[in-house]
Amino acid sequence: MSGTRRKEEGRWAWRLTGFVTLCVYIFMFAPIVATVILSFNASMFGGFPMTGFSLQWYAKLMNNDAVLTAFRTSLWIALVTAVATTAIGVVTAFALVRFEFPGKQALSTLVILPALVPETILGVGLLVLIKAIDQPRTMLLLVLGHILLAVPYVVLIAQARMVGIRRVYEEAALSLGASRFSSFREITLPLLIPAVVGGALLAFTISFDNTSASLFWRPAGVETMPTQILSMLKISISPEINALGTVMILVTVGIPLIGGLILQSLTKLKRRGEPKEEVR
Amino acid sequence: MKQSSLWEHKRVEEDAYLRVRMNNRWTLYDPRLAWMLVAPVLLLLIFFLVLPIAVMAAYTFFTFVTAGVETSALTPANWQEFFTDSYYSGFLLKTLRVGAITALLCGVLGYFPAYFIWATSFRHKWLLLLLLIVPFWISFTIRTFSWINILGEQGVINVALLKMGIINEPLQMLYNEGAVILGLLHFLLPYMILNVYVSLEGIDRTLIAAARSMGCTSAQAFREVTLPLSLPGLAAGLLLCFVLAAGSYVTPQLLGSGRDALFGNLIYDTIMGELNWPMGATLSIVLFVVLGFFAAIYTRYMGMSQIVKGLGG
Repeated sequence: MSGTRRKEEGRWAWRLTGFVTLCVYIFMFAPIVATVILSFNASMFGGFPMTGFSLQWYAKLMNNDAVLTAFRTSLWIALVTAVATTAIGVVTAFALVRFEFPGKQALSTLVILPALVPETILGVGLLVLIKAIDQPRTMLLLVLGHILLAVPYVVLIAQARMVGIRRVYEEAALSLGASRFSSFREITLPLLIPAVVGGALLAFTISFDNTSASLFWRPAGVETMPTQILSMLKISISPEINALGTVMILVTVGIPLIGGLILQSLTKLKRRGEPKEEVR
Repeated sequence: MKQSSLWEHKRVEEDAYLRVRMNNRWTLYDPRLAWMLVAPVLLLLIFFLVLPIAVMAAYTFFTFVTAGVETSALTPANWQEFFTDSYYSGFLLKTLRVGAITALLCGVLGYFPAYFIWATSFRHKWLLLLLLIVPFWISFTIRTFSWINILGEQGVINVALLKMGIINEPLQMLYNEGAVILGLLHFLLPYMILNVYVSLEGIDRTLIAAARSMGCTSAQAFREVTLPLSLPGLAAGLLLCFVLAAGSYVTPQLLGSGRDALFGNLIYDTIMGELNWPMGATLSIVLFVVLGFFAAIYTRYMGMSQIVKGLGG
């Protein structure tokens, strides 16, 4: 008797787990879905009920110069950040995995700190520093700041991949007469490609999304996309913001998904000639 | 980086061989080369992380003259003001409370999905995991303000309840502490779920099978084996959620009223609004030290590795 009761309890526990899981997923996506739906609302006000389907808010968005400028600014910053962070991060991960050097442990802790220290503190700190040495806030500063925020993630991703690549491949190339650079370029980098692409995409979204730190670092008069949204929200909640949100979702979700698909087809193409990688 | 000792032994020989090839001066894995490779990241970390925090610490002793102006005459005034004015300590306590509530709720609500994804026999598990990562790609500001469409006067809940005739006028669900915590929960849950999931994934499943075969019920096996082994991930998630919630700026700004501002908002207003840089620096250092204290307790017992795993390593 008690055996069946216990089994019954187990089943209920599992059902409860499934139910909470479902609720959490709904919780995570309901507001986003509501925003996307509302962006097509014909109503004058930014809220329910839906009064009809309309693209007017998108049309309005396309004529909003402030938004378009902010979008372009963010896009450029994110692109530069993605490229630079990936280059720096991959090289750092290579050094941290392959080499033994004094201070390695301290450096690998230091490098993940920007992900743990609240952005407000990083934001104020850098601002105080440039105030102390009497420098203006520039675009370069903003980009370098974004690189700082993204570098921990790229290093961690590249490190995880790097650990799985055996060093004999590189050393074989070296012993056959390749220079260090060409051994890195011809052997290590191709094996690292998933981490490179993944890291670059993540760095792009981190930069494109960044709000708190950008509020501190942006040069006077420059708005990035998130800070622009924030200042629009301060004035009023217009349905235009829902349309803007939907466009942003398309950009930031679409780019990684497309990137992932490209990556998948690339690895499929390459797999034919490649020796099977050992997982250790 | 784990390598068997046999492998390590072979490596020493190879190293010796390659060292000769690299004409004696630079060994294959020369520390000098390593320093050259990490130089860019090191410079970035020094000039954008270490130095700013050091200068900020010095700034806390500067004298505030008037908005935007300060002198480098050293004074303990800022610290005195911080420690004597209950306005600041009140803010700090409220921030820590909101952070703790958020982290605990994340822990409770996040454990279930993590366990479900780990234990389910559903074939498209990757889809569930992908759905957890997708929110990271969506702008944080967008995700936060989208709650206005749910909770606001014209949001889903109010409009539905009005239509059904349950209420006569819209409920005020926005611009209070509950809404702020809800927004933080929405932003932090994926961190928690992924952290717990990573540590569940590391559990050797044969342990659970062994416990079951020794007569444990599934509940006992969970309590005695699975739960204790997943605690490192849960702890890492709790720390991460707590730190990120306590350091948040955007969520209280968008979903809270003036009274629900957190420490991050106080810092922003002190610097960008009042232009009181020495006080702003003092408050930043306070937040840094307090959160660092919690992180230090955590690493003292758990080490850094779990956090590293949880962040995507």
